[in-house]
Amino acid sequence: MADDERTTVEILDENNLIDLAKYINYVSAPQAGAIATFSGTTRDTFEGKTVVELRYEAYVPMAIRQIKSICSSARESWNIYSIVVAHRLGPVPVGETSVFIAVSAVHRADALDACKFLIDELKASVPIWKKEVYSNGEVWKENSEFMERRTDLGKMEGGCCRRKVEVSHATKSCCGAKVKVDDDKTQGIVNGDGVKEQ
Amino acid sequence: MDVTEVKAENADSQSSKKESVKIKVLFFARARDIVGLPSMPLEVSSGSTASDCLNKLVALFPGLEELRGCMVLAVNEEYTTESAIIKEEDELAIIPPISGG
Repeated sequence: MADDERTTVEILDENNLIDLAKYINYVSAPQAGAIATFSGTTRDTFEGKTVVELRYEAYVPMAIRQIKSICSSARESWNIYSIVVAHRLGPVPVGETSVFIAVSAVHRADALDACKFLIDELKASVPIWKKEVYSNGEVWKENSEFMERRTDLGKMEGGCCRRKVEVSHATKSCCGAKVKVDDDKTQGIVNGDGVKEQ
Repeated sequence: MDVTEVKAENADSQSSKKESVKIKVLFFARARDIVGLPSMPLEVSSGSTASDCLNKLVALFPGLEELRGCMVLAVNEEYTTESAIIKEEDELAIIPPISGG
């Protein structure tokens, strides 16, 4: 299957709940040893004010394009098997999920890092808005991730999210090999710094 | 788009004596609340930039001024700069600070 066939983006209309189990099922595969997920849910308070619900709206066709573009960027940086990004629109009551991301990969580091990248980028560049509704008023929210990137959004080629991601692969082990190989008489012991002759 | 394409389009619009372009403007979230409409048609002189369109919109709806320092523009579902030239039938979206997630 091509990469784009293993990328699912869904913007759900009002009153459609996000089915977490369904999406985890979408990304699960025998070759994927890890599934990382992020679920964003409506919190009951903001700066001491009681939140009743969040109301979401989107520029739907652009939001879908933008999320797909972010998913392509993630695939350039990490070895990912499958991705699902789902965002709900309309009112989302306290405790319910507004956004859900699931990433499967052979190894967990790719899945976890890509999942974090996807939610951070979504908050910075996908045209979706939420109004926070309190018991005594309402306000349009603003993501700090967007405000930091705002002036760059129109300038980058092929969308906003072609930003280079630096991925550092840490050394495999901090305390040397677990296996002592004693086959020949030189008795080489492999540790984190290389081979030490005894 | 490269320079030769821009020139070719300008020549084309001059030869057909088109002096204005008609576009569609979309308003979302706070922008829609200020304007009171989700979308509207807009006619601007040909060769106008996204910034020129925004100036015209602010003149029509002075309340939009408060968004100028924090919004971005998109043309045909892609983020754009204020210096981008607007073409016939473009869809210009006013994107106030986003807050998805």
